Amino acid sequence: MVQDNGKEESLALKLRVWRQRRGQPGAFEEHALAAVPTSASFLEMMDMLNEQLIKAGKDTFAFDHDCREGICGMCSMTINGMPHGPIPGVTTCQLHMRNFRDGETITVEPWRARAFPVLKDLAVDRSGFDKVIQSGGFITVRTGSAPEANNIPVPKPIADEAMDAAECIGCGACVASCKNGSAMLFVGAKINHLNILPQGQAERDRRTLAMVKTMDEAGFGNCTNYGECQAHCPKSITLDVIAKLNRDYLRARVKEFFSSTGKPSKGGD
Amino acid sequence: MNLDSKTPAGPLADKWNNHKAKLRLVNPANRRKYHVIVVGSGLAGSAAAASFAEMGYEVSCFCYQDSPRRAHSIAAQGGINAAKNYQNDGDSVRRLFQDTIKGGDYRAREANVYRLAQVSTSIIDQCVAQGVPFAREYGGLLANRSFGGAQVSRTFYARGQTGQQLLIGAYSALSRQIGLGTVKMYTRHEMLDLVLVDGKAKGIVTRDLVTGAVESWSSDVVVVCTGGYGNVFYLSTNAQGCNVTATFRAHRRGAGFANPCYTQIHPTCIPVHGEDQSKLTLMSESLRNDGRVWVPKNKVDCAKPASEVPEEARDYFLERKYPSYGNLAPRDIASRAAKEVCDEGRGVGQLVDGKRLGVYLDFSAAIKRLGEAEVRARYGNLFDMYENITGENAYKQPMRIFPAVHYTMGGLWVDYNLQSNIPGLFVGGEANFSDHGANRLGASALMQGLADGYFVLPYTVTDYLAGEKSGSRPSKDAPEFKAVTKDVNDRVAKLLSINGTKSPRYYHKALGKITWEKCGMARDKAGLEGAIRDLQALRDDFWKNVKVVGSGDALAPELERAGRVADFLDFGIMMCLDALTREESCGGHFRTEFQDAGEAKRDDAQYAHAAVWEWTGEGQLPARHVEPLVYEETQLSTRSYK
Repeated sequence: MVQDNGKEESLALKLRVWRQRRGQPGAFEEHALAAVPTSASFLEMMDMLNEQLIKAGKDTFAFDHDCREGICGMCSMTINGMPHGPIPGVTTCQLHMRNFRDGETITVEPWRARAFPVLKDLAVDRSGFDKVIQSGGFITVRTGSAPEANNIPVPKPIADEAMDAAECIGCGACVASCKNGSAMLFVGAKINHLNILPQGQAERDRRTLAMVKTMDEAGFGNCTNYGECQAHCPKSITLDVIAKLNRDYLRARVKEFFSSTGKPSKGGD
Repeated sequence: MNLDSKTPAGPLADKWNNHKAKLRLVNPANRRKYHVIVVGSGLAGSAAAASFAEMGYEVSCFCYQDSPRRAHSIAAQGGINAAKNYQNDGDSVRRLFQDTIKGGDYRAREANVYRLAQVSTSIIDQCVAQGVPFAREYGGLLANRSFGGAQVSRTFYARGQTGQQLLIGAYSALSRQIGLGTVKMYTRHEMLDLVLVDGKAKGIVTRDLVTGAVESWSSDVVVVCTGGYGNVFYLSTNAQGCNVTATFRAHRRGAGFANPCYTQIHPTCIPVHGEDQSKLTLMSESLRNDGRVWVPKNKVDCAKPASEVPEEARDYFLERKYPSYGNLAPRDIASRAAKEVCDEGRGVGQLVDGKRLGVYLDFSAAIKRLGEAEVRARYGNLFDMYENITGENAYKQPMRIFPAVHYTMGGLWVDYNLQSNIPGLFVGGEANFSDHGANRLGASALMQGLADGYFVLPYTVTDYLAGEKSGSRPSKDAPEFKAVTKDVNDRVAKLLSINGTKSPRYYHKALGKITWEKCGMARDKAGLEGAIRDLQALRDDFWKNVKVVGSGDALAPELERAGRVADFLDFGIMMCLDALTREESCGGHFRTEFQDAGEAKRDDAQYAHAAVWEWTGEGQLPARHVEPLVYEETQLSTRSYK
């Protein structure tokens, strides 16, 4: 914000930032930062801190970030105990300093979850998410084998619902906010995206079973319906995707139980 | 430098089909014996890696992000073009081709552009089958919109997140192959050099960003899909990590770099707000479908709130200057027009460095016509994003926008097969130069990335591999691999050892200031000559005084940035030299000396060619070569959007 006198409003901040090397225990470091413009983004504030550290000859804080426009899902900081900070529906990179007060102490931590080990400082390893997708988060369609696009009509409400779920950016805030470190919101979003589309029916059951199995193996916890994930999801994905994941999982297990082979049925319905 | 485009003979419409029929094949049983390296996991890279693996090749894919899903293709908002003609409004492959080649101001290779238009329809089929949730009509069929100045509705979109959804589609295909074990995925790995054996690309050297380990990888072919170089301007709409290193390192090993001066300035970005800004955010071009662009007619009104400027005191300059296209004039033209009014002192918004660099994008007429609910349904997420960043509500007051660097049309030179002048080095997506000429039309980047990855590279790389003996790839112990690995280690060690006084970001900002001012929206001879001198001095200073904190054996973001900035410094010099030696204006390249009352003045007699630069050694200026652009079926005309 620019004031009438043309000067930009700025904040003096105290920062408690997590410092850790891979495989070693970590601790908070305290730093003071003067004159942070309120128009700066949270990550620009972190850039300022790092530039200050370089001037003092100290190592910078490593943190993940890339697009800085809220879509790549790379940024991941727990700010004052909240993944992506205090503003709902916003990633860390889209959080701006006008949401903080002059003189405030801000605590910055990495995602905290068993399945997301710290690589350095604020950067964590989220490859567990990729493993879940690799096990079934796709519709099998080889390049070149697709039918003409309009041969598969998708009712608009279904397409919209799939799109709502597909907005997930895979950042991991759901896991970081959950006391169980559960990835159910992430997996539920992907299941909802693919399982409701006509194109996704052929692999519906095997997709659900495979993704849930991999999710468990990757060290993610179970859902106990606290709803923290929904509160901290920057894309406002809602808990009903978890209900639908549970429904599809139950359906697939029942069909598996009653099928003669003990394997998930090949068809969709 | 051999710049044979290998454009097939015959009528444009038949070239690709005839060519495909002649391309050699590899027996399915032999394919697993070939190792294909794909660098980059955006639309082109993910699509190519997944397709190669489906065909049966052994594939390794590398990206610097923590997951292939995060590549910057994800940030494309508006849509993807395809000549489906679902709207029955006169679209066709021929028309998409004509629009694209005209949009590029006749500086693209005709045959490549035609092929792009041809395969565009298959892309939509592929993506829909993957489950990409494109917008739909109530009847369940696909919806389209007109985008970026097209006079037909050929753009497919998924809300304001088309790039994200297409990338997730390609990422899911890639993930399936990773799960099957046919692609080995190396995330948080940065390609730092290319390895040539007997003049052919046979591998790469990477740095593991987590452990710092420098490793080499041997392959039968290398496919580079590492995006563009927009971050040479420091502030751009690119992601923070986007860089020129992979393509520039290949350039240093002999690959020609074509048309680096062709950079696209996108007209609708949120204006710069201050010194510590790290990034410019794009507001989708689709906003121009319903928003009206204006500035006050009189300078005295510029400091007032928009609501206090009466209708008759507003200058809707795009509608005034380009009545037939109005607010939808192509990107280069809309950007320049905005710059012009701001240079006249009629810009709006806060003063930054004593200037107001912004124009209004006003939705009040659209809200009156459609209602706020409809405007919210069309652009809600963009309005929210705007409010997050600026703290202003665009339903109540006009948005402020200003042009920003967005896309780079230049890239490694490739022939019709997307092969560079180094045999075995293929280049796809934004990293190559071939399809967009001097200016890219909206919704064409996603089309090109996926066209290259799904429907071109699988054919042309196979043809190349058919000529390479299976099992003939060199061992990583070969002297060529050891030598390049040593070069990379030496360079990393050098960056860490300088221990000067200025941060890599300091140099990046200084570089961006020079390139934006002298090689941005308007360029001239004196400015470019000065920029080259300034950049040379900055480069020398960098290698004496940069301070890189951190260590080589852990995540070291400053070391990553330093390496990228070092390459950008050399690259920036080449970009300015290219702009200096292209003595005409075309598309996004605007030389103030060559204009017709503010419109770009091309010189087809002298410059209907691609300029291709050859590395000549450390500290030397690169050498210029040309590939003449041959137009067999296109009449070159002056672009007019009036």
